Amino acid sequence: MSQTRKQLLIDPLVDNNPITLQVLGICSALAVTSSLNVAFVMSLAVIAVTGFSSLFISMLRNYIPNSIRIIVQMVIIASLVILVDQIIKAYAYEISKTLSVFVGLIITNCIVMGRAEAFAMKNTPVDSFIDGVGNGLGYGLLLMCVGVFRELFGSGSLFGITILDPVSNGGWYVPNGLLLLPPSAFFIIGFLIWGIRSWKKSQVEAREYKIQTLEVH
Amino acid sequence: MSIRSYFSSIEPHFEKGGKFQKYYPIFEMIETIFFTSNTVTKAAPHARSFVDMKRIMTYVVISTIPCVLWALYNTGFQTNSALSSLDIKEISGWRIHLLQLTGLGIDPTSLVSNVSHGLLYFLPIYITTLVAGGLCEVIFATVRGHEVNEGFLVSSMLFALTLPASTPLWQVALGIAFGVVVAKEVFGGTGKNFLNPALTGRAFLYFAYPAYMSGDSIWTPVDGFSGATSLGLSASEGYESLSNYGITWTDAFLGTIQGSLGETSTLAIAIGLCFLLLTKIANYRMIVGCLFGMIAFSSFLNWIGSDTNPMFSMPWYWHLVVGSYAFGLVFMVTEPVSGSHTNLGRYIYGGLIGFMVVMIRVLNPAFPEGMMLAILFGNIFAPLIDHFVVMANIKRRAIFNV
Repeated sequence: MSQTRKQLLIDPLVDNNPITLQVLGICSALAVTSSLNVAFVMSLAVIAVTGFSSLFISMLRNYIPNSIRIIVQMVIIASLVILVDQIIKAYAYEISKTLSVFVGLIITNCIVMGRAEAFAMKNTPVDSFIDGVGNGLGYGLLLMCVGVFRELFGSGSLFGITILDPVSNGGWYVPNGLLLLPPSAFFIIGFLIWGIRSWKKSQVEAREYKIQTLEVH
Repeated sequence: MSIRSYFSSIEPHFEKGGKFQKYYPIFEMIETIFFTSNTVTKAAPHARSFVDMKRIMTYVVISTIPCVLWALYNTGFQTNSALSSLDIKEISGWRIHLLQLTGLGIDPTSLVSNVSHGLLYFLPIYITTLVAGGLCEVIFATVRGHEVNEGFLVSSMLFALTLPASTPLWQVALGIAFGVVVAKEVFGGTGKNFLNPALTGRAFLYFAYPAYMSGDSIWTPVDGFSGATSLGLSASEGYESLSNYGITWTDAFLGTIQGSLGETSTLAIAIGLCFLLLTKIANYRMIVGCLFGMIAFSSFLNWIGSDTNPMFSMPWYWHLVVGSYAFGLVFMVTEPVSGSHTNLGRYIYGGLIGFMVVMIRVLNPAFPEGMMLAILFGNIFAPLIDHFVVMANIKRRAIFNV
């Protein structure tokens, strides 16, 4: 085991973040980040699914035939997602309506599949569980960052509590409507990736092209 | 000391090894405002010509002068008319105080009063654009070590002219900053932008603050005055109803109508177009393509007809004069960097924009104005169009040279 358990949990937060470094799971990050409540519940759901799917897949890894492993992984992930979906519907019905299909779509979230395939199939259950939770946390952390920005400047509130008093309420802040539209998450994630890669130079990818140097003929 | 010798005397400090070498781009920027750059392109694929980038960009700025002059007059005229028609006794605001102090007053029949009132609206917007956008540009130039060039003067002028006169200044600053950073600098600066920076900033404001960028009450900056644009009226009641509001085709062509600062007068824009075509800055193929696309598709929709949507029956010569079609056609479609680069591609690129603008105006009820979105759409397709044109060329030549 090259990584300690602490590293397994901490690494995916910034150094190996599933969204900003691996650029996975973008779709749901665009769709559910317009309000923090929703983003928070979604993060919890993904953390639970990645953690437990990695745990169960790792427990079964020696019994899963290689040729049908994806199908078995999908069955486990899908069962967990259905469970999570039912729990959210039972305890947070309003939010489950806003989340609509996106909880169901955790099944297709590349992060969950990716961790099952890349880590849980080769490691012990406890390590896999920690790795799954770590990656879920990395996803959740980014979702919350984007969510804070979008909700604060898009509707002037955080978790539904007004921080910047909007003009429609007699306040001074003019909400930025673009931030409530999904495309804005593209810009924000882009800016975050830019920021993180300027901070941690090791994340910068090598260029796939070479700029022609000037040659005097 | 002459200006030249002053620049020469401080230049060593900014060159490699000097005290301020980090700030060379700023020195270079100010120097090239006064003097033409001495550097010439040495690498192979470039033709050498007297028409360098500085001259191209300056010519575009010159070509906007008729629009700017008309923007000054028309903004003042619309504001003064609205103020007199509302007959407000207690008029406040620093602009009006200033006008009354200087004795110009609020008189829609006086040319001087109109132009100076318009100036008081245009100047703050333009200066804010220059300062905010210029700041972003200089920061990037200093950090990345590229030059600040005249391209920004074009973007800032065009951006200012696409705004309604009532736009709050902080929105102006936010919009141009977004345009410069997201559409231009993150992709590497001037010449590497695949979207038009001015339009990207405008689109950002349009989606971020729709209440300030569309509707009936924003075009004339007078509280409580409501005047829809001729395009808005056509969308709701049909273009025939424009005469009920006292708007004839000639009015729309000359530009005595509501609208963003620089877009109202098709005549002023046409003068700019003539200048750009004579100096060969604008490529006529894009203009022809865009006109053809618009005329063909709007005529087709005229022929189909519709009972419920009055925009179907709007003829092409009305599409030409209302809204921002003419402005976009002359100053945005012809932008060489974000458009297609092959000659055949330019016709297709123009045609696509002409088609899309009618498509959005007529068939999309959410957006009465389609030019901004159509051009951005065209920008995105331009490289694809070029790719297919080049591929077709290679294929054709391969067949002939077997």
